[in-house]
Amino acid sequence: MTEAVKTPKIPPEKQILMTVNGDEAVAYAAKQSLVDVVAAYPITPQTIIVEKFSEFVANGEVHTEFVPVESEHSAMSACVGAAAAGARAFTATAANGLALMWEILYIAASLRLPIVLAVANRALSAPINIHNDHSDAYGMRDSGWIQIFVENVQEAYDTTIQAFKIAEDERVLLPVAVNLDGFFLSHTLENIRMLPDEEVHKFLGGYRKTYPKVKVDYFDEEVPLILNPARPLSFGPLDLYDYYYEHKMHQIEAMKRVPEVVREVNEKWYELTGRKYGDGVLVPYGVEDADVVVTVLGSTGGTVRHIVKKLRSRGYKVGTIRIRLFRPFPHKELAELLKGVKVVGVMDRGISFGSYGPSFLDISTALYDLKERPLLVNYVYGLGGRDAQPEMIEKMFMELLEIAKTGEVKEKLRFLGVRE
Amino acid sequence: MPKQTLPQVPIKKGEPAYKLWIFEPGWKGELPLILNPRQLAEQKRPALLPGHRLCAGCAAPIIVKLASFAFRGPTIVVNATGCLEVATTIFPYTSWAVPWIHNAFENAASTGSGVEAAIKALKKTGRLPYEHVDVVIFGGDGGTFDIGFQALSGAAERGHDFLYILYDNEAYMNTGIQRSGGTPPFAWTTTSPVGKVIPGKQQAKKPIADIMVAHRIPYVATATPAHWLDLMKKVRKGIEVDGPAFIHALSPCDRGWRHGTELAIEIARRAVDTCYFPLWEWTPETGYMLTDRSLAIARNPSLKQPIEKFVEVQGRFKHLLKPENRELLKKFQEYVDLVWEDLLKRAANAPK
Repeated sequence: MTEAVKTPKIPPEKQILMTVNGDEAVAYAAKQSLVDVVAAYPITPQTIIVEKFSEFVANGEVHTEFVPVESEHSAMSACVGAAAAGARAFTATAANGLALMWEILYIAASLRLPIVLAVANRALSAPINIHNDHSDAYGMRDSGWIQIFVENVQEAYDTTIQAFKIAEDERVLLPVAVNLDGFFLSHTLENIRMLPDEEVHKFLGGYRKTYPKVKVDYFDEEVPLILNPARPLSFGPLDLYDYYYEHKMHQIEAMKRVPEVVREVNEKWYELTGRKYGDGVLVPYGVEDADVVVTVLGSTGGTVRHIVKKLRSRGYKVGTIRIRLFRPFPHKELAELLKGVKVVGVMDRGISFGSYGPSFLDISTALYDLKERPLLVNYVYGLGGRDAQPEMIEKMFMELLEIAKTGEVKEKLRFLGVRE
Repeated sequence: MPKQTLPQVPIKKGEPAYKLWIFEPGWKGELPLILNPRQLAEQKRPALLPGHRLCAGCAAPIIVKLASFAFRGPTIVVNATGCLEVATTIFPYTSWAVPWIHNAFENAASTGSGVEAAIKALKKTGRLPYEHVDVVIFGGDGGTFDIGFQALSGAAERGHDFLYILYDNEAYMNTGIQRSGGTPPFAWTTTSPVGKVIPGKQQAKKPIADIMVAHRIPYVATATPAHWLDLMKKVRKGIEVDGPAFIHALSPCDRGWRHGTELAIEIARRAVDTCYFPLWEWTPETGYMLTDRSLAIARNPSLKQPIEKFVEVQGRFKHLLKPENRELLKKFQEYVDLVWEDLLKRAANAPK
């Protein structure tokens, strides 16, 4: 949610007003972020990003090497090679393409490469479906990537730039996936404000040129962690039971430092542009005095907020939290916000078959340690792009308010908007 | 440890023969391609250092070391998953004297594409402190013929400037000798066993180098570690051409081929002598050109040895030598002859 600001460094009138869809916004953001290598493969609804970027390349507007790979697996593989060689690397995909990348997602994260990936979230096959849900993003949940979900086109632009800042931060050095809902954001025109190129360059410190230093026993001095003929290192060795676990601990520790960096970057962006998204991690609305809170990811956040506003004007004590940072998951922060809430409805645009929606599992974990735990209901909705209509969300709130009154959850897992 | 520098040429007495390859930023020039064996021994250090855990008698490190003698300067090596990768880098050790990256099994070529693209982008923006950085990719037969083929074909089509060296030990040796697209007909492997009904692999060897020729990339060649001058010359050509180059190097494997650890080079020599594995190179301008021993055989066919010479020293083919399998051996000979005759028709320098 965008909040008003006192005096941003770049006032809105100095920002560039553009009418773009989500994919174009991401492409512009990548262009302004001085990306060295873009390796990508077309897939709906992400394709506009690579199309737009190809135009920048064809018109000589960027220095970027565009690698039109033969598959998403190769897209991520090329990004791994490029980032290891010291380049700023970017790719974009969706659904089955993301699934094909899956093996290399883990490798990118484990090699600690600051790659940025835009995911125009789309349902996974079968049956084949090109429309939005979060099953693709949920599928990469455990790969070691930072996952951010955006609500609108402006946020897609802002977050793509922020993603490079977060990924390359020495405390982090992890790849970032920026999730924008397929079609709802990727193909929907919105008026957004973009920064002038040089301001984005300044924000990111120009080209990627400083690298984290590591100590290896065959050099006297610390050496840059890239493929460097001056100080040769081996990337991706065989690593067995005697060291692998420690390397995983490094990743676990790096993940812990992420929320702090996301908050800092959100704050810096606010000072620069006048825009921020909650604290960067969670975007709460009307939670303070709420009996019922609904959590949500992605573009549905706006619809839910609209209903919250409507219901609050009628005197209902309801609120919502949009989860912006999904990995690492803000367990503590969420528990803090939901303390004292009677009922929490968790909306998931995806499901772990045989279990609940993935964000429900995390929220259950987050709330378990509270002395007085809210009642929880998981609402799976919008699979395969089914619209999350306001009436449906309002009905869900009324159901949750009823539960708050009776204290009784009849069904813990509910399916919204599905035909009987 | 004292600060390391680029190997001194010639190597001074008392100095370690093995060092990291250090190219300080701003390094200019070209490492010479030395073909005189004595000078080579005195003046060159390989990019693969001793202490790796490849099996005794394995040809792969010989191929890598010979190839690295032909590197021309700053080089980044990309390695597919396989014997060479696991045995040279068990953490916290590495045998690589040059920057090296392993990503996964099937994506060495696409990883190399990314490295090459990064080099270009860094150069364009003045962040590359060298005139050129070469990309050399090593992959085994599984990672090249089979699971990595799509990535290789894509990278070749896109025209990235790299040299891909296939070290072909003709089966999935790292996982314990399973058949691959590179396994020859009739060979025993653990997934093409010699049974009562089926005598080893029933299919032909995929003509991978010819498939790379069909991509019409600037340079394709075959090589063996036994014909080492030929191999080094080809590696240098592959590095020097602008665009993708592919070298198919036969890499005898004593564990998988079931031969003595002292026989790798001998068997590679016999592979060429029997025309099982002819030596050639191809460019779009010259077409197929036979090289080294294969050119000698083309000029003097009496030098061509029967396939028994190749088969008799390898346990994986021992069933072919049984009297009841004489027919299979004949078939194998026919298969080899067919491939050789076909090559002779195409080779521009074969006597017509």
